[in-house]
Amino acid sequence: MTAPAIPAPASSASDPSAPAAPVSAPGEPPLLTGSGAILASLEKLGITDVFGIPGGAIIPFYDELMASTTIRHILVRHEQGAGHAAEGYAAASGGVGVAIATSGPGATNLVTAIADAHMDSVPVLFITGQVFSSLMGTDAFQEVDIVGITMPITKHSFLVSDPAEIPATIAAAYEIATTGRPGPVLVDITKDAQQNRAPFIWPPKVDLPGYRPVTKAHGKQIVAAAELIAAAQRPVLYVGGGVNRAGAAAELLAFANETGAPVVTTLMARGVFPDSHRQHLGMPGMHGSVPAVLGLQESDLIVALGTRFDDRVTGKVSEFAPNAQVVHVDIDPAEIGKIRHADVPIVGDAKEVLIDLLDAFRTIARTSKPDYSEWWTRLDRLRADYPLGYTEPEDGLLSPQWVIQRIGELSGPEAIYAAGVGQHQMWAAQFVDYERPHAFLNSGGAGTMGYAVPAAMGAKVAEPGRTVWAIDGDGCFQMTNQELATCTINGIPIKVAIINNSSLGMVRQWQTLFYEGRHSFTDLNTGAVSGTETTQMVPDFVKLGEAYGALALRVTKKEEVDAAIKLALETNDRPVVIDFVVSRDAMVWPMVPQGVGNSQVQYARDHAPAWGEE
Amino acid sequence: MSHHVLSLLVEDKPGLLTRVAGLFARRGFNIESLAVGPTEVEGLSRITVAVDVEDQPLEQVTKQLNKLVNVVKIVELDPAQSVLREHMLIKVKVDNTTRAAVLEAVTLFRAHVVDVATDALVIEVTGDSGKVQALLRVLEPYGIRELAQSGLLAIGRGGKSITERVFRS
Repeated sequence: MTAPAIPAPASSASDPSAPAAPVSAPGEPPLLTGSGAILASLEKLGITDVFGIPGGAIIPFYDELMASTTIRHILVRHEQGAGHAAEGYAAASGGVGVAIATSGPGATNLVTAIADAHMDSVPVLFITGQVFSSLMGTDAFQEVDIVGITMPITKHSFLVSDPAEIPATIAAAYEIATTGRPGPVLVDITKDAQQNRAPFIWPPKVDLPGYRPVTKAHGKQIVAAAELIAAAQRPVLYVGGGVNRAGAAAELLAFANETGAPVVTTLMARGVFPDSHRQHLGMPGMHGSVPAVLGLQESDLIVALGTRFDDRVTGKVSEFAPNAQVVHVDIDPAEIGKIRHADVPIVGDAKEVLIDLLDAFRTIARTSKPDYSEWWTRLDRLRADYPLGYTEPEDGLLSPQWVIQRIGELSGPEAIYAAGVGQHQMWAAQFVDYERPHAFLNSGGAGTMGYAVPAAMGAKVAEPGRTVWAIDGDGCFQMTNQELATCTINGIPIKVAIINNSSLGMVRQWQTLFYEGRHSFTDLNTGAVSGTETTQMVPDFVKLGEAYGALALRVTKKEEVDAAIKLALETNDRPVVIDFVVSRDAMVWPMVPQGVGNSQVQYARDHAPAWGEE
Repeated sequence: MSHHVLSLLVEDKPGLLTRVAGLFARRGFNIESLAVGPTEVEGLSRITVAVDVEDQPLEQVTKQLNKLVNVVKIVELDPAQSVLREHMLIKVKVDNTTRAAVLEAVTLFRAHVVDVATDALVIEVTGDSGKVQALLRVLEPYGIRELAQSGLLAIGRGGKSITERVFRS
């Protein structure tokens, strides 16, 4: 049995014998309402911030929450915002996020965020109210089967209708969300369970006989992996978000330094290995750097760490890294061998495995130190020939890449950057330098437009001392910008950079490249067509930002960019919205077109690098 | 494609069957048959699933099933080392001219008549898939009115138990 990972009590403010509860006999556990038990359980688990919106089926819990002195509740404007805020909170802090909603539409509004957290393995506790258990199954007002709806997109889910089960259920949900491969867990609690009383016993007995995540890997596999690494001529460490979630950045750095092997960091792992490190080749995949894409492609050994060979990384799988053996390290056994055969499968926590791998490698390297110098000659050549870059737009509008690069340069590596989904997300991954884990937040697996603003809000709540940017698109921003109200009212001064190309830019790019320039329904009319011609500009993002109480400004000229970013960095009494009106013809390069092998990477339009296929 | 029999030891929780069946559907696997029932351990149920898949996707589905929090254990049963049984109820049309022949078939197959009417018999048969299908073929010419069939049930031969290791750990 796994010992429950329940942290020590956070504070005494949750004293279960608080005045609201009726006095129970001395020595007996206190009688609490189910709502009181939810609150006390969250407090005992050390939760300090939650995001949510009340509604009919969750009112009893909100009544208790009002009295909490240790938990800060942030009233969002849409439940999806609560979900992404909880994700951003978890991703920025390395802790767990909590989002709360009522039954029915409140719960269904969480669904996108739940799916997002599931795809990106984000530990989030979702708590929803449910109608009275006596009404369940009758199509009662605001009744939906949210446990049923979310079964495929949660790590696990619970329906609670007995108040006595609440402490153990919340504790189990917390344990499942935060251990093994992290993920979202939903706890749906009926209104009667919130109202009725039961003894509150803490710590509760958590019985999960079917849940036993493996964290420590087999020694034999570790040695086999270390031997392969020492014998390889052209290895690459292919690092994914799992290393981030495992908090294993320091162990990765030590291991990479010891081996001298090149490192690529996926979209979910940006920053987990410093961009400035000599061994870092960049991001792999569809919009990866040429050295990272071709480095993997030409390698003879891929050491995959907490990553899942996503189709956006591999391109056509049958042509991916054809000559490479694979060491695959993941805490989720189902990821190993799912897409690509693993010659050495290692099930374990990235942190523990990297420590063990370092030991094993040192032992082997004493007698046979690998020599990767020929490999580095090839990679350095690729780096020199194909650095990340972009061409200046010819339409008189701002270059989006340059704007994002300046945000990164002026804000620095200690800031947090949350991106939406699309072109601006890729540019934020490419043109901001990340030096530390938890600095870049984005929706990688699900590709959820609208992630940035609420995620940035959650990150700022978790890390109030850091500058937090939402690097958003004009399309994404219109999906969740209502949370600016939450930010203004609750004193959460995030900074939003709208990379406004007046269109659904990534779709537009595909239409330009693969659909003969037929720009079907991708014009949003929020920006400009050229330096001299604007669109209707609806909505006016400056007026919108001001309406939400933010400092809002529009930037159209290159010489205004730095000043605007600096003003944003100096403004901490309210949110900032900057509408950067950029060229809509800018495209994300390099690119591997969908459906082809990664050797077909194009550095720029119709410009493929020469690569040494054997 | 090849035939596989999986035995799942699961916690008896609400929605468990939906979780298991949903996972098969989501990953594109056809369940041939499925049988659920309680075990000798309170709170634990056993699901026997018969599937037709290649080995590699089967490994993936087994790993995914193992990730379900309520799934305690999964064993693939080797047909050579297991007892496999199906159970079927068959309502066959009879009259005075055919009744004797049908009853003879029932005896030959060691099946049982569990209900008798003037125009029909209900026959109960238990056995491996081959036997059950053979009886069905023999009865078909007389006219099969109704048919109800259980999923495949399976248990490993010998003294070992699927539940024992679960509780030693």
